Amino acid sequence: MWEQIRSNQIRSVILVAGMAALLLLMGYFLGLYFLDSGTGGMIIALILWAVMNLVAFFQGDNIMLALSKARKIKRDDYPRLYNIVEEMRIASGLEKMPDIYIIDDPALNAFATGRNPNRASIAVTSGLLQKLNRDELQGVIGHEIAHVNNRDVLLMTLCGILLGTIVILAWYATYMLFFSSMTGGRRSSSAGGGQAQLIILAVGIIFIILAPIAAQLIYFAISRKREYLADSSSALYTRYPEGLASALEKLAASTAPVKSANKSSAPMYIINPFRKKGRAASDLSSTHPPISERIHILRSMAGGASLADYDNAFRAVHKGGRGVIPLPAIAGAGAVGLRPAVPEAAQREAKLGKVERTREVSDLMWRLNNYKTITCACGTKLKVPPKLKSANVKCPHCGRVNRV
Amino acid sequence: MAVYVVIGIVAILLIMTVSTYNGLVRLRNRVRNAWAQIDVQLKRRHDLIPNLVETAKGYMTHERGTFEAVTKARNLAQKAVGTGVGAQSKAEAGLSGALSRLLLVVENYPDLKANQNFLALQEELTSTENKIGFSRQYYNDSVLRYNNKTQMFPSNMMAGMMGFKASEFFEVKVAEEREAPKVSFS
Repeated sequence: MWEQIRSNQIRSVILVAGMAALLLLMGYFLGLYFLDSGTGGMIIALILWAVMNLVAFFQGDNIMLALSKARKIKRDDYPRLYNIVEEMRIASGLEKMPDIYIIDDPALNAFATGRNPNRASIAVTSGLLQKLNRDELQGVIGHEIAHVNNRDVLLMTLCGILLGTIVILAWYATYMLFFSSMTGGRRSSSAGGGQAQLIILAVGIIFIILAPIAAQLIYFAISRKREYLADSSSALYTRYPEGLASALEKLAASTAPVKSANKSSAPMYIINPFRKKGRAASDLSSTHPPISERIHILRSMAGGASLADYDNAFRAVHKGGRGVIPLPAIAGAGAVGLRPAVPEAAQREAKLGKVERTREVSDLMWRLNNYKTITCACGTKLKVPPKLKSANVKCPHCGRVNRV
Repeated sequence: MAVYVVIGIVAILLIMTVSTYNGLVRLRNRVRNAWAQIDVQLKRRHDLIPNLVETAKGYMTHERGTFEAVTKARNLAQKAVGTGVGAQSKAEAGLSGALSRLLLVVENYPDLKANQNFLALQEELTSTENKIGFSRQYYNDSVLRYNNKTQMFPSNMMAGMMGFKASEFFEVKVAEEREAPKVSFS
């Protein structure tokens, strides 16, 4: 799991360099067209990109958490989640405990953010806490911790920003091309340049149209690979691939999209947060590998939880071809056995626990929203909104008047 | 010309020596860190047990023997702290076995399972058991890597000269412990 990070970086660097080249070329063509100077355009593109990177590096996680309306929780707010995150932190050998956030949303999803393992946050939706049992939650958290440990967050932020810059530039370029061809402004001054310049311009326009698409494809390629890697690490940490597999199954079956997700934050989530209205998560979502396939791979890890087992399962599912785990990561490690299945008593417990779990989570959400809880003498729990002015509330069940 | 070749070989040897040494140190530190993690969790378990016994005693009046076994195993485990990986892992395995038996009979006491205090304790204990399992897992992975490095050529020469000794695995010897390392009451 340690070597995986290093050897995987080479491929990622090549892909990132490809995206950067796209950005520079784009700046060059834009500069040529609007400023009569390709270098000038390249410099402007670079500056724009650098500024966006700085913002993302220092504030990216805060922006992401604020956009998704995530709330930080402490240990005592929800010990089960905190404990599971700590379990996975220990299993992965991560030194610092990540911050934990909850998003008040019935959708089932989770993401990790933060520029390095020392400044990492993990956010889960309240729906996830309600619907998943302990083993499943452990699988999901293991996946997120793997993103933190493999430094995927930084890489994906870097790529996301490159992509964003390219898209923004392309958008402005088409807008301005359209605008200038309407007024005919710049055309006349560059008409003297002859045919060669016209060809360059034509190539430039085609390029500007194609660049965002190419950049997006590269981005998806990187992002999907990281998802597979995080799945394999999660199986290794938990020694129980079935936990994540069954969690993914539940995630895939849920129809609610994450309300606060947007296009740029989508790859950060464990599954694609968007849905066609009322439809289950699509297998064609492009930042993530098809969920059905991820489940299939996890369930095909015959009797082992090591990265090698995952790689073999991946190859079996893909009918041969290259694996997904870098070789050096597999080479050093021994065989890893699965943890035994949960005893029957605990499974019975899981069924009984569903109601309690739902109550626990909704209580947590009331608390986080600053609602006060008053227990009436008849046993009903009254939730009092923070804005309530009056000093008394009447119990809807028995009619007793309680003091706030 | 020959001088340069000699200088080149010496430089390469030097670089290899330094990087092997640093690699060994890094792995040994990882093993030590991982051990510290296990220690923290074991101590947490020792601290939780008196609480658990206190809370559960009132409800489980017929389980005197089980409680005594747990308390005895805990005291043995606490005495074994600092006596080396082998002895400690044996004592802790005994404790794990006694604890899992206790948690199994808890199933027969619905009143106890409705107690909020006990539920919170149970979550803590479940998680501590898991954490012990996971830290052991990480520790053993680290030991495997470190031991491989100290035994494989060429780093074994360096390890022998500089006194990097192979580390001991944290083993699970007692049968009960192997069967029920995971307590899940989700």
